[in-house]
Amino acid sequence: MAKKIVLLFFMVSLSFSIYAQDQGRLSGNFQMDVQSYRADSLIGADAIPEKMALNSYANIRYELGDFSAGLRFEGYMNALQGFDPGYDGVGVPYFFARYRFDDLDFTVGDFYEQFGSGILLRTWEDKFLGVDNAMRGIRVKYHPFEGISLTGVVGKQRLFWEYGPGLIRGLDGELRINDLIPALKDKQTLLSLGGSFVSKYQADDDPVYILPENVGAWAYRFNITRGALHLDSEYAGKINDPSADNNFIYKPGNSLIVNASYAASGLGMNFSVKRVDNMSFRSDRTENLNKLMMGYLPPISKNYTYSLMNLYPYSSQPTGEMGAQGEISYNIRRGTKLGGKYGTQITLNVSMVNSLDKTALNDTTAIGANGTLGYTSEFFKLGKELYYRDYNVEISRKLSKKWKFTGIYQHIAYNQMIMEGKGAVINADLAVLEVTWRLAPKQALRVETQGLWTKEDKGNWAMLLAEYSISPHWFFSVSDQYNYGNPDEEKRVHYLFASFGYVKNANRIQLSYGKQREGILCVGGVCRNVPAMNGFTLSITSSF
Amino acid sequence: MKRIILSTLLVSFLSVMCLAQNKRNDMPKLDIKTLDGKMISARSILKGKPTVVSFWATWCKPCVKELSAIHDALPDWEDEVDFTMIAISVDDSRSEHRVAPFVKGRSWEFDIYLDPNSDLKRALNVATVPHTFVFDAKGKLVWQHSGYTEGDEEELLEKIKSLSDK
Repeated sequence: MAKKIVLLFFMVSLSFSIYAQDQGRLSGNFQMDVQSYRADSLIGADAIPEKMALNSYANIRYELGDFSAGLRFEGYMNALQGFDPGYDGVGVPYFFARYRFDDLDFTVGDFYEQFGSGILLRTWEDKFLGVDNAMRGIRVKYHPFEGISLTGVVGKQRLFWEYGPGLIRGLDGELRINDLIPALKDKQTLLSLGGSFVSKYQADDDPVYILPENVGAWAYRFNITRGALHLDSEYAGKINDPSADNNFIYKPGNSLIVNASYAASGLGMNFSVKRVDNMSFRSDRTENLNKLMMGYLPPISKNYTYSLMNLYPYSSQPTGEMGAQGEISYNIRRGTKLGGKYGTQITLNVSMVNSLDKTALNDTTAIGANGTLGYTSEFFKLGKELYYRDYNVEISRKLSKKWKFTGIYQHIAYNQMIMEGKGAVINADLAVLEVTWRLAPKQALRVETQGLWTKEDKGNWAMLLAEYSISPHWFFSVSDQYNYGNPDEEKRVHYLFASFGYVKNANRIQLSYGKQREGILCVGGVCRNVPAMNGFTLSITSSF
Repeated sequence: MKRIILSTLLVSFLSVMCLAQNKRNDMPKLDIKTLDGKMISARSILKGKPTVVSFWATWCKPCVKELSAIHDALPDWEDEVDFTMIAISVDDSRSEHRVAPFVKGRSWEFDIYLDPNSDLKRALNVATVPHTFVFDAKGKLVWQHSGYTEGDEEELLEKIKSLSDK
């Protein structure tokens, strides 16, 4: 009898494990970046005592029916230069379990969540930036019927291997009017409304100030689409929240974002405006840089991938800014005289950001003096100080099956004092020409020529990059960035860099060697400083 | 008695396996956003045909090259194989509103969805964009590829062709 029970148990568990194996899915990825460092006084690169540094990440995820769970290993042995030294050693800082049952969806553990456009709450990660402000706690999503969704979160945010002191409580709701009101179901105009409330609690142990321990913030948003036209907006406000970011002023904060767009075949247009007034929001009022950010203020400028176009990148100014951005992209149809055989793509983009207009409270108090109400600001008045300008035009055209080119001209003005705390306003002109020549159906040579001309900062730059690829496995590239206009003649350095890589399906190995200039790496307007480097880089990524 | 137990077990064992086989769907049970702002289940975009799902962003040069190459090749590919092409943008709230004008401005005709806080991207273990997946008609993930270099679309076409031959 005992034998039978064992056999029964064995077969039942076997069938369950087969059931689980076949229906459930185990997946994951692995990423590793290794860098060796050699001292190079000319470019300002330092050697480090341990000679090399390594960042690595591995995610494992399991999904079975309505259930999913996952974890992430992270290892910094030691962290790459430019990453916060708070990242050191190895650990499993991220794990979660999630269950979706009909209308209810629970997550316990670590999670990433965004309310609306993220002004009040956005937890996110970007491994290249070293940003990971995941929340650890509980999240419940509820979708009682078509047209209504509710999300509630409670938790603390990740700070390296620890959690910040602030407890975050948040609630978000969204109504899709067309799904809620049957008479509007088939209307062309689609409307949705949303609102969020977020509160953080942090004890006041400040020796000087009496600080609000519970800081409440709220946001309203709408979204209207009618055919090719689209309009959305979000307004957020919060009570006074004295912090290291705002120099401990007791002024409430607010922010407004409006986006309008038109999208028809061959023609796309969009226009955005943004106003930010004292809207830094962190789960620890004393933190700085990219640590414990609760809200995300999307920068109102375009994101570029060409190297020299990222020499002076814009990032949002949470203490105050006003800006606008407009873009038109037009496709000159294929087969026309101007458009050529394959059509031509033209994009015009303009971004402008200024300071916020700030008026002193009275004659004896300086603007933003700590412990005061800070300043007053007229909502629709633009500040006088220039933060950022970007005017650019991009043309892409496929000339034949073998030849393609992209040309960009850009003029920027960049307030280095505001962005980096040094220097003044930098005016620069940039040009990029990229030519791709398909030598054979699976072989291509790509050449990028870039130039940046300015009288300020480090002067003129030129760059040449050539990349040869054999699809689907191999690529080789060499590049040189030459700071030929540096006012200091000794620093007119060539930054030579070579790399090759092998790709097979979702596995990718890349080995590079050379000099990399000091710079600011930005994703989504959040940036980190990357120091100058001279040495080898090995990167491996793999997904399964 | 022994035979009854064994045969019952065998039947339940087989039926569980069959059930499992039919239910297999490798798309995570998460929501993505349509260009109209509506949240839909990511599973609902797999509609019983071989499907290509490409993760991209408006600011990602190789992504735009890959999708442009697919756009150019699509009329020819559709003559050869029956499949669905889908592109999921991971643009965040900085550039999310640029996606629709960007896509229409280029006359891309495949379906576009948004994953603004990278939830689906993370669940599918995508480290960087572009990253392209091929799902078979049953929803099983059969191939994935990271990055894009000129000509990679040929390999993609071979993969979808091999699925429809079966």
